[in-house]
Amino acid sequence: MSDSEPEAMAEADGVPSTKLPPHLELRRTRVLCKVDAPDNTDTIQYSGAYASLGHENSLRFADFCKDFRVDITRISDDDMELDMVGVDPSIANAFRRILLAELPTMAIEKVLIANNTSVVQDEVLAHRLGLIPIKVDPRLFDYLSENDTPNEKNTIVFKLHVRCEERGQRLTVKSNELMWLPKGSEFLKTSESLTSTSKPETYTSFTCSQDSMPEFAGNPIRVYPDIIISKLGFGQEIELEAHAVKGVGKTHAKWSPVATCWYRMLPEVELMEEIEGEKADVLKQKCPAKVFEIEDLADGRKRATVARPRACTLCRECIRDGEDWEKRISLRRVKNHFIFTIESTGALPPEVLFTEAVKILEDKCERVISDLS
Amino acid sequence: MANRESYTYPSNSGFGNDAMQGVSSAGVTVSYICGECASKVALSKNDPIRCSSCGHRVLYKERTKRMVQFEAR
Repeated sequence: MSDSEPEAMAEADGVPSTKLPPHLELRRTRVLCKVDAPDNTDTIQYSGAYASLGHENSLRFADFCKDFRVDITRISDDDMELDMVGVDPSIANAFRRILLAELPTMAIEKVLIANNTSVVQDEVLAHRLGLIPIKVDPRLFDYLSENDTPNEKNTIVFKLHVRCEERGQRLTVKSNELMWLPKGSEFLKTSESLTSTSKPETYTSFTCSQDSMPEFAGNPIRVYPDIIISKLGFGQEIELEAHAVKGVGKTHAKWSPVATCWYRMLPEVELMEEIEGEKADVLKQKCPAKVFEIEDLADGRKRATVARPRACTLCRECIRDGEDWEKRISLRRVKNHFIFTIESTGALPPEVLFTEAVKILEDKCERVISDLS
Repeated sequence: MANRESYTYPSNSGFGNDAMQGVSSAGVTVSYICGECASKVALSKNDPIRCSSCGHRVLYKERTKRMVQFEAR
């Protein structure tokens, strides 16, 4: 099925190079999944790996440009699946790690609690608030470093003031009760040397209101709604202010812009012999991912076909029942084809997250180049 | 510590005569929160520990009015 595609790589700039024999080509491009363990999992990088066969194994930029492609297979507001073809696993993993740990978002970092009589302790409450995703583009904000004063460019302030007033009731406090304060903190700092002439000092020093900025005019900053923060009994009250700052996931997971982000290699299921009649039914029944389908032949016979190889989860259920099944079906993974899934937490859409990750990797590469030169 | 026995609350006789919070004619009162009806209960030194409006015997201390800052981690 696919043994032919990598051969296009040969003879890119006139260097004579012979084709690899099919069994070596298979080992070069596929992970073979045997019943006990996957086999042949490493990628062969060395340019002279097949020199004795007269095959040139070096990676050429022109070939990369020709073979590399990205196909988006599924996309919605907060998740997407894309196929990245023609890259090394290390590159795919770099994107995954950047998405998880190095893309900035805004998250609540400081919680000023004025009153909390709920059963959730202050520390736990603060931690829960920190994990709430904030729907705002982090590129509009600066990092707040240690000596900076919190201002409108690096801090978002939310207020939460709830009290259960109804006797015998339980009030569920959800994240949509967090109110954005575009003018900054409303809590006054208590300082000993307060003179009557100076303006009372708050915990932030905003020079202007955030809702006067063009980005937020008519587009208030919100958090992800419907997250339960706490539950209040009668007479219990929470009054607090939460200050969100910019950060990255490697500092704390609350800044990670993705709920999760993972990849898997493209599964390839090959039937090594015709599987007909009852055996075809058995095979179809075996697979929990419904990879196989039955084809009716003209003379009334039935034959198993691989209908949905992409659905294969590599459970190996189909090759577990004895050696003859292992011989009939070959489960493989394509080494340079990655099915990437990104689940955004809502700060940025998943496709923007991916392009931002590409930019970060680019920056890293440029830094290495400038260090070397 | 030795002072504890001799310590007297600033009451009518002292400077606390004007509208000082928590000071009534009976001396210093501390306000508590009833565990049942969540109303504020002001108790002074020898009062029974009991809510004045519902009679519940579990009272909680009030939380500090001071701001407490936490790291959301």
